[in-house]
Amino acid sequence: MAAYLLRRLAWGGATVLGVLAFLFLLFFVYAKPEDVARRALGEKAPPEAIAQWRANHGYDKPAVWNPSHPFDTMLADHYRRMLGFDFGNSDADDVPIAKRLRQGVGPSLSLTLPLFALGLPLALALALLVAFFRETYIDRAGVVACVLAMSVSMLIYILGGQYLIGKLLRWFPISGFDASPALIARFVALPVLVGLLAGIGSDVRFYRAVFVEEASRDYVRTARAKGAGDGRVMARHVLPNAGIPILTNVVVEIPFLFTGSILLESFFGIPGLGSITVDAINANDFATLRVMVFLGALLFVAGQIATDLAYTLADPRVRLE
Amino acid sequence: MEAHVAQNAVAVGLAAGGAALALAARRSLLWREGLREVARRRPLALAVIAFFVAMALLASISWRDAAAAPGTLAVPRSALDRLFPADFQERSYSAPLAAVEFYGGAPLRHPGRHLLGTDILGRDVLQLALGGARVALLVGGLTSLIAIPLALLVGVPAGYFGGRLDDAVFFAISTLASMPSILLLIALVTAIGRGTVQVCVALAVTSWVHFARLARGETLKLRELDYVQAARALGASEARIVLRHIVPNLGHLVAITFVLTFSQLVLSEALLSWLGIGIDGSWGQMIDQARDELSRDPVIAWNLAAASTALFALILAVNRVGDAVRDVLDPRTLRERS
Repeated sequence: MAAYLLRRLAWGGATVLGVLAFLFLLFFVYAKPEDVARRALGEKAPPEAIAQWRANHGYDKPAVWNPSHPFDTMLADHYRRMLGFDFGNSDADDVPIAKRLRQGVGPSLSLTLPLFALGLPLALALALLVAFFRETYIDRAGVVACVLAMSVSMLIYILGGQYLIGKLLRWFPISGFDASPALIARFVALPVLVGLLAGIGSDVRFYRAVFVEEASRDYVRTARAKGAGDGRVMARHVLPNAGIPILTNVVVEIPFLFTGSILLESFFGIPGLGSITVDAINANDFATLRVMVFLGALLFVAGQIATDLAYTLADPRVRLE
Repeated sequence: MEAHVAQNAVAVGLAAGGAALALAARRSLLWREGLREVARRRPLALAVIAFFVAMALLASISWRDAAAAPGTLAVPRSALDRLFPADFQERSYSAPLAAVEFYGGAPLRHPGRHLLGTDILGRDVLQLALGGARVALLVGGLTSLIAIPLALLVGVPAGYFGGRLDDAVFFAISTLASMPSILLLIALVTAIGRGTVQVCVALAVTSWVHFARLARGETLKLRELDYVQAARALGASEARIVLRHIVPNLGHLVAITFVLTFSQLVLSEALLSWLGIGIDGSWGQMIDQARDELSRDPVIAWNLAAASTALFALILAVNRVGDAVRDVLDPRTLRERS
C-alpha cells in the first residue's frame, strides 16, 4: 500500500512536471516574451519601456541556456516559482496573483458547493428512477430527455435562465455577488439553478447506464429470487454496488470545486477563480493563465490519487499493489 | 493564394475525403450493414445533418463576379449568399418579415423579405444562421482531420511496440489529460492566437488525448489476440500486421468516438466564441452578440433564437446518430442487447 502510494505520487509529480514543461513551451517559447510585453504595453510602446517591463517580470533572462549561471534562466525560474507556489504578479496590472486567488476561492466555493451538493443527489435519484423503469417507455423517454438536455449549449441555459427567472419572473437578481450571509443565497440561487439544469442531462445518462448494467448482474436475480421487491433490489442491492463506478466519477470532481465554473461565474458576475480566468483571457494576462492551468493540473492529479484511494476503501476486492 | 480560393480548396478537400471514406466503407460488409442500420434507425437526424452539410458546402464555395464594375474589386460571394439578393443588408435591426426598421421605423430596402429579421448591422439572420453551419462543420471536421491521424500515428505504434515508446506516449497523454480541457483550450488559443485554423488546432490538441488513449489501449488488447499471433506466425511483417490487421479493427471505435466528440467540439467552439476567442461567423458568436439584445426593451429575440435553434438541431442530430452508431458498431453493446 505504501509502496503503491509512493509510486502513484511519483507518477503524479512527473505529470505535473510535464505540464510545466508544456506550459513553458506554450507561453515562453511559442508566445515570445516580446510579444507578451507588446500586448501588455500596446503596439507603439518604446523599446526601453518593453525592456523595462520584461526586466520587471523576469522575462529578460535567457530562455533555457545561460552558460555563466546555469539556473538563472526563464525555464528554471518558471519551475522554481510554480513549484514554490510563488506566482508573482499579473502581466496585466501587476497585482499579486496569489492575492487574487485567495480572494476568488470563497466566491467560487459558494457557487460550486451548493451545485455539487444538490446536483449529485438529484442526478442519482433521477437516474435511479429511470433505471427502475428500464426497458419501458419511461426509460426511453428519460434517455431522450437526457440527450435533449445535453444538446443545448450552456450559453442558452445561462441566457434563458437570466431572461426567464431574472428578468421576467424577477425571482432572483440577474447577476452580481454579495458575500454577506443575508444576501449570498439570493445571488447564488440563479447560477446554481442554471448549473444544475445544464449538467443534469449527461449526469443522469451516465448514472443510468451504471445502474442498468448493475441491474443485469447475477446477484440481482438472486435477490429477486429470494423475494426482494423491485424497490428493495434497487435501493439495497443495486445502489451500493453501483457506488464504485460513481465514486470514480465523483471524487475526481471534488478538487475542481475550488476552481469554480468559468462560464457561470463570469456570466453571473461572481468574482471567483473562473472570473479571474476570463479576465486574464481578455487582458492577455499570460502569467495568470499559466497559474490557473498549473493549479488545474495539480488538482486533477490530486483528484486521481484520491480516487484510487477511495477505490480501495469502497471495494474490498481492490488491493493496491 | 487568395483567401477564398484556399477556403474553397479546404471545402472541396473535406468533401472529397468524406466521400472517399463513404466509398471505402461501402466496400466492407460490416460497415455497409452498420451504416444501413444507422440510417434505418435515425432517418430524421441524418436528414438534418445532410441539410447542414449541404448548407456548409454552399457557404464554403465562393467566387468573384466576373462582371464587377471597372476599378472596384468585387467581394467574393459564396453560393449560399447568392441564394439571397446581392444587397440584402439593411441598416439595423428589423423584426422577422417586417417592412420597417425596428428602431425609428425607417422603411427597409427589402420589406417583408427577411424571414428571420436582421441583426444589429442589418444582416439577414436566416443567411447568417445557415452560414454558421460552415463554421460548425469545419470545427468538427478539420479538428478531427488533425487529431485522428495524429492519434493513430502515435497511439498505435505505442500500443503495438510497447517499451520506451509506449512510456513516452503514455506520459504525453497523461500530461495533456491532466490539464482541465477548457483551461487547456483557453491557454492554447491565447498563446497561439485567434483564428479558424488556430482554434481547430487547439481543439485538436484536446481531442487528440481521447483518440490517442483509445488507439493505444485498443492496440494493446488487439496485439495479444489469436489472429494477430496467426498473422505473425505466417510471417507477416510488423508493418503489415499494424496496417492490415490492427488499424482496420480500430475503425469502429474511431467512428464512434468521432461522432460523439463532434458535438463536443461544436459546443466547445460556442464556449470559446462566448469568451471572445472563437471563430468568426459561428453560431456561438451570434449567441454572444445576442447577449445584450435580451436586455433591450422590447426584447430582440430572433437573432438568438435562430442561432440557438440551429446549434441545438445540429448537436441533437449528431448526438442521436452517435448513439445509434455506438449501438450498431460497438460489439459490447450488441452483447448487452442480446
